[in-house]
Amino acid sequence: MPQGPSPLLELTQITKAFGGVEALRGIDFALSPGEIHGLVGENGAGKSTLMKIIAGVHSEFSGRFMLDGRETRFRSTRDARAAGIAMVHQELSVAPDLSVAENVFLGVQPTNRLGFVQWRLMAREAGEQLARFGIDVDPTARLGDLPIGLQQLIEIARVLFSGARIVILDEPTSALSPPEVERLFATLRRLRDAGTAIIFISHFIEDILNVSDTVTVFRNGRKVMDAAAGATTKAALIEAMIGKGREALEETYTHDVALPARSETPVVLEASGLSLARSLREVSFQARAGEVLGVYGFMGCGQLELARILFGKLKPDRGLLQVAGRTKAFGSTADARRAGIAFVPESRRAMLFHQEPVYKNVSISILDRISSLWLRPSHERDIAMRQVEQLQIRPTAVELDLGMLSGGNQQKVALAKWLTFPPRVLVLCEPTRGMDVGAKNDVIHIIRHLREQGLAIIVLSTEPETVLSLADRIIVLKRGAVVREFANEEISKDRLLEAA
Amino acid sequence: MVSGDSAAVHTSDRKGSKGIAALLRSQMRNIAPFLTLILLSAFFAIASPSFATIDNVGNILTQVSVTGIIAVGLTFVILCAEIDLSIASIANVTGIAVAYFTLQESYVNIANIPLPGWAAILLALSLCAVLGLVNAFGLTVIGIPSFIMTLAMMQIAAGISALLVRGQIAYKVPDLIATLGSASIGGIPWIVIVAALMLLAGHLVLTYTRFGRYVYMVGGNREAAEYSGLNVKLILGSVMVISAVCSGIGGMLGVAHFGSAQQNEFDTYLLDSIAAVVVGGTSLFGGRGGIGNTIVGLFVLGVLNNGLDHVNIDSFLKILIRGLILLAALVINVYAQRLRAKAVD
Repeated sequence: MPQGPSPLLELTQITKAFGGVEALRGIDFALSPGEIHGLVGENGAGKSTLMKIIAGVHSEFSGRFMLDGRETRFRSTRDARAAGIAMVHQELSVAPDLSVAENVFLGVQPTNRLGFVQWRLMAREAGEQLARFGIDVDPTARLGDLPIGLQQLIEIARVLFSGARIVILDEPTSALSPPEVERLFATLRRLRDAGTAIIFISHFIEDILNVSDTVTVFRNGRKVMDAAAGATTKAALIEAMIGKGREALEETYTHDVALPARSETPVVLEASGLSLARSLREVSFQARAGEVLGVYGFMGCGQLELARILFGKLKPDRGLLQVAGRTKAFGSTADARRAGIAFVPESRRAMLFHQEPVYKNVSISILDRISSLWLRPSHERDIAMRQVEQLQIRPTAVELDLGMLSGGNQQKVALAKWLTFPPRVLVLCEPTRGMDVGAKNDVIHIIRHLREQGLAIIVLSTEPETVLSLADRIIVLKRGAVVREFANEEISKDRLLEAA
Repeated sequence: MVSGDSAAVHTSDRKGSKGIAALLRSQMRNIAPFLTLILLSAFFAIASPSFATIDNVGNILTQVSVTGIIAVGLTFVILCAEIDLSIASIANVTGIAVAYFTLQESYVNIANIPLPGWAAILLALSLCAVLGLVNAFGLTVIGIPSFIMTLAMMQIAAGISALLVRGQIAYKVPDLIATLGSASIGGIPWIVIVAALMLLAGHLVLTYTRFGRYVYMVGGNREAAEYSGLNVKLILGSVMVISAVCSGIGGMLGVAHFGSAQQNEFDTYLLDSIAAVVVGGTSLFGGRGGIGNTIVGLFVLGVLNNGLDHVNIDSFLKILIRGLILLAALVINVYAQRLRAKAVD
């Protein structure tokens, strides 16, 4: 571990809670100039929360925050920027309609004495900066016309060259091709040698080991490991991330889960060669009746796009979708619903009506089957009541606005919408994310029960536990392509993580 | 289930202790316009002896009829969180069209095409329906925001009006339209009856039909509607057509009511209709409100317009007062939305 005379940034006993739930518990974290510090941990381990504290997004926390040996507290991201801290977020935050040069100089365009933008100077300097980064691109081109990977590199370049002393990169490589990743790493090393401190967050552990000097592992809001990158291995990091004997009741999946033999039931949904811009490449798979197909991959691996293609929200550029043997080209989500496909997106807000009563949420997708021109509200309530009882939704008042229910119960309502008339295919994105153990188990039981009834279920998740606890067969997506299929074998969480 | 249950209990506790306050807050959208109506009526009743009379109530009803007919369709559009700026223009062109296909007196200098009354009415209705379909096409298929799409339609409809009348004024409309627009039955003007029936129909559709439910759901959360497998584009397209047809009917009856068909005759109805819907408490963000709110809004506007004529106020000041009342209603609309969101989250 490079031990500078005094660390640039030193955090001691940082604790942060969101509404009673502790996201960070007593974290110590130090960063020296000229260091690339890798950060790994599962979703929700607390990495992002800590980074948001450093970048001034969260100003309420307990613990000591020392910058340059002085106690500091940022009240806003503006304070953090003024202190030389810059962050590149996972989602692109570029202005696609502006030119490359304008994006590089966003907010700091060079102006002459009269306040007019010096366009030619700006274009020249932007070109030079990007060239140093190994990017050869016309600075006057519209940014949105460039490939996503290049856009992301340009955004990273902007932050790296903004003169920041501390740069935080959150999952910078998920949309980059291997040569682009190499280019990024070369630049990071050069900046490190010039004295910049860099925090590098990634799910790709090879990338972390490749570029970092130091690696810190987070688990459940605690720091569980601190090591020099040269002195550790991928296996050791994965073990630290997952934990050996995890406290709670939760199953840990450190040991093997046996996947059953390939089912011989009929194929209900078949995808062949689905491709979509840069998100998906030649994705093919089959989903069978009475089987749960798990689709696992890191954030940005193309899962969300895949799920939306299955439900007719996105149209694939190429590829074929067959439902029960018939080729389908969905024009709208209504077409997909009529073809027997049900969908629960990863965000409950995107599928539920929070200001409407529970029964209207339950009936919305089946109104055309339970009523004709006129609504039958009492019939709707009966149906909703039956679902509420079956899925043990609490409280049991179907007249209550949905927003009054807890997250786990809302997720059950999201499932209940589709269960009165069972669909052929149920597509579930992150079905248990952000739920407490009890609600999680309830949802897992519901899904297993539906499988017994013969539905083809596709579960897409970035959480290995979710996939392992539900799936009979697992495909792994990496950068938009299927890289591995697990069936009829023993599998553990680290093998799944390694495949992705 | 431990934390799930405790969260739910917590919420219901809060609801119990602050039940009435929460109810009032969540109903703010409906209470505020009603209070405004009562206060305004009381004010004018005291300020002017001629205001609170049976005759004047009849006047107010007649005065808001055309706006009311147009506002029925607009309520559907605003419930979907869209807007239709072409309503007044479409009303105008439909009114002109029905006159254009009717035999005019010889002194009217319009090269028109006289047809039987039913044909004229049918053609005029088709015209407004087609214009509504164009709005629907632009909004849903091409993806132009309704604000811009209907702004263009406002010009297009005005352009067609101009070409049809060429600066002239037509007077004759088919008998049916003339009766509905300007005659009375048992002392009640037909136009009031038509407006009441259309408002009633709008209310029934929105409250008791599947389509009405879809309108509310699409307005409440469009993304969720789409992920529930609703054909959102079809619903949005339909409300644009409904809005155009209601405007057309309002326009035809309006022409009969005013006794003439000419360019720019309906210009004030754009703002009046939007004001009636929004002042009544229908949310500009979609999903909340309804025809009941629109009716209250219509009366607020009607009482205000009529009452200001009964009290001695500078007629130029009236315009400003109307603007201020509209602003106040918009402020309440936005705040009601926020209070409601707080009450639920």
